[in-house]
Amino acid sequence: MSADGPGGASTDGRLLEVQDLRVSFRTEDGVVQAVDGVSFGIDSGEVLAVVGESGSGKSVTAMTLMGLTRGPNAQFEGHAMFDGRDLITASEDDLRKVRGAGIAMVFQDPMSSLDPVYRVGDQIVEQIRVHDKSISKAQALDRAAELMEKVGIPRAGDRLRSYPHEFSGGMRQRVMIAMALSNSPKLLLADEPTTALDVTIQAQILDELRTLREDTGAAVILVTHDLGVVADIADRIVVMYAGRVVEHGTLDEIFYDPQHPYTWGLLGSIARVDRDRSQRLPAIPGMPPSLLRPPKGCHFRPRCPHAFDRCTEVPDLTARLPDAPAHLDRCWLEPEQKRKLRQVGDQIGLASRETVIS
Amino acid sequence: MSVEVEPQTNGAGAGDRGPLLDVEHLRVLFPVKSGAVVARTVGHVHAVDDVTFALQEGETLGIVGESGCGKTTLIRTLVRLIDATDGAIRFRGTDITHADRKQLAPIRREMQMVFQDPQASLNPRKRINQILATPLKIRGVSKDKFEAETRGLLDKVGLQPEHLNRYPHEFSGGQRQRIGIARALAVEPKLILLDEPVSALDVSIQAQVINLLEEIQDDLHLSYVFVAHDLGVVRHVSDRIIVMYLGKLMEISPAEELYTKPIHPYTSALLGAIPIPDPNENRSRVRTTITGEPPNPINPPAGCRFHTRCPRATEICSAVEPQLTEYANGHVAACHHPQNVTASEVVSATRSDASPHSAGDERPST
Repeated sequence: MSADGPGGASTDGRLLEVQDLRVSFRTEDGVVQAVDGVSFGIDSGEVLAVVGESGSGKSVTAMTLMGLTRGPNAQFEGHAMFDGRDLITASEDDLRKVRGAGIAMVFQDPMSSLDPVYRVGDQIVEQIRVHDKSISKAQALDRAAELMEKVGIPRAGDRLRSYPHEFSGGMRQRVMIAMALSNSPKLLLADEPTTALDVTIQAQILDELRTLREDTGAAVILVTHDLGVVADIADRIVVMYAGRVVEHGTLDEIFYDPQHPYTWGLLGSIARVDRDRSQRLPAIPGMPPSLLRPPKGCHFRPRCPHAFDRCTEVPDLTARLPDAPAHLDRCWLEPEQKRKLRQVGDQIGLASRETVIS
Repeated sequence: MSVEVEPQTNGAGAGDRGPLLDVEHLRVLFPVKSGAVVARTVGHVHAVDDVTFALQEGETLGIVGESGCGKTTLIRTLVRLIDATDGAIRFRGTDITHADRKQLAPIRREMQMVFQDPQASLNPRKRINQILATPLKIRGVSKDKFEAETRGLLDKVGLQPEHLNRYPHEFSGGQRQRIGIARALAVEPKLILLDEPVSALDVSIQAQVINLLEEIQDDLHLSYVFVAHDLGVVRHVSDRIIVMYLGKLMEISPAEELYTKPIHPYTSALLGAIPIPDPNENRSRVRTTITGEPPNPINPPAGCRFHTRCPRATEICSAVEPQLTEYANGHVAACHHPQNVTASEVVSATRSDASPHSAGDERPST
């Protein structure tokens, strides 16, 4: 069985290799299996997009890699190998060494991730000096100004003395990125970095991320729900649904030859800016399952118009196309069937239940 | 709340076919106060600055623009949640700009609003049947019909009758937005103002709510004013679209034409900034991105407000505010250097009556 992630054995060359990660949280209502056997890898210089809706486990996956989900009610299984360390079992001290120079994170909401009572320059300086005590404060300030300039903040030298509230949302997100870059990380985790921003500013931030990748060769894991952003910047895509990876492939594979009905539904649900007004969007019916009591078998089964008997058994995440060994999916349907079923009118989408039955 | 049931119906304009909503030279300025002991007004935020448009019955008018462009202030002013500084709002010919609470009551029945955040706009301590009961009372529905009416409303928005006894927190975001829509429908309005109704929802749920809004519109012949920053969603739902920037109207266009033939450089910049969920088209597309951020609305730039970021700006743009020029198909744009129009189109274009008072007389040139 080649169920264990892409490329199977070639784990040694990878910057980060996540293997069968499981994260569960004990709550008053029961155990929530937020991440349920997630595997993927990423190389230097690569942009991997993790796509899914609220509750799909994409943010929990990213935060677990940084050790941010640890707590008395959390339980972890699996491995995440980075630089010879397993991030899942690493001690807090070890993780602190990885954070900053190894992995840095940019969060969705730049307002709540910056401390409102400290000047942004001082916050960047603190970040630099926590990881490298040999740098003097003055040197660190120079470096902070340099970084802010690099991410496109005008008059960076003056703005060092500003407080977060004096910046606009886009500028705050740039400060966050500058801070994340301050220790030249090998891997940047960006959790919905542009969701809170206007489109013109989003385009600018995406440009910064692209330049950064080209200049430093850092790898980027981009967690997002926006398939437009993904098409713009990602090399490979992991699609998550209800805690599991349902499909994994290159940008073109996911957009032009998607194998999982949930991916079809996602692609069909977008009201595209470059398309004429169609009658109705082929929406996905229903809503994501509760992770307290997920459905048996394939998690997408209750919403899937193409579900059949076998779907009560969990499909493996494996390559089902002979000519694309790295394109993995979790669906029992035959590839030939899929090519027919996913066509709704002139686009890819999830057919409505009525049309499937008739 | 003791909202009295108004027995008389609003008879004004029942026969004629004028616009449902008519907005003329509307301005909303917010004073900026400063001073330790006595606060003095030191300036104004120009949230909505001389905006004119009309909405026809059954039409969906989209309003787009970046945060701070005044789109939300505009529609809140239309339902009189915010008072206008200047200008006029007419609903079916009746001027409601300064109408008092009592005069507004019958009009609010016809004009409802759905808010962006469904969590914050539903009272967490009331069950759904209580939330829906208030508008039914206002409509004058007798108590014994409540049950049937609320069930009917839930059915219309795709919820089950057993949801009636639940509290808002027991629902998902998409379901809560459905409740917000049901509440708006309860008074049988003619016009619904939607402020970013789907932006807080996941993509798959967004599509469901958009489809629902379109179905309801077909069934009940409603008019919508649809405010959103997502130009894809707006293209999908709208008949006509208004583009706003820093409180000013930049372009009004039939929906399709705005995307195929944007006249204002700001519109092209907005469209160019949106990544298309199609890798090949993204790679082949030539994009005009703009740098910088919108200027401060307290002290907006002179002339055309977009000139500080505009790739086509010349001297005239910083000196003279462009008039709104009407091209073919009712396509209107406020730009000295319009794009995607031929010289002859510019010659045959006329000055629109919607032009701001402060605009100059200069005709556009390509």
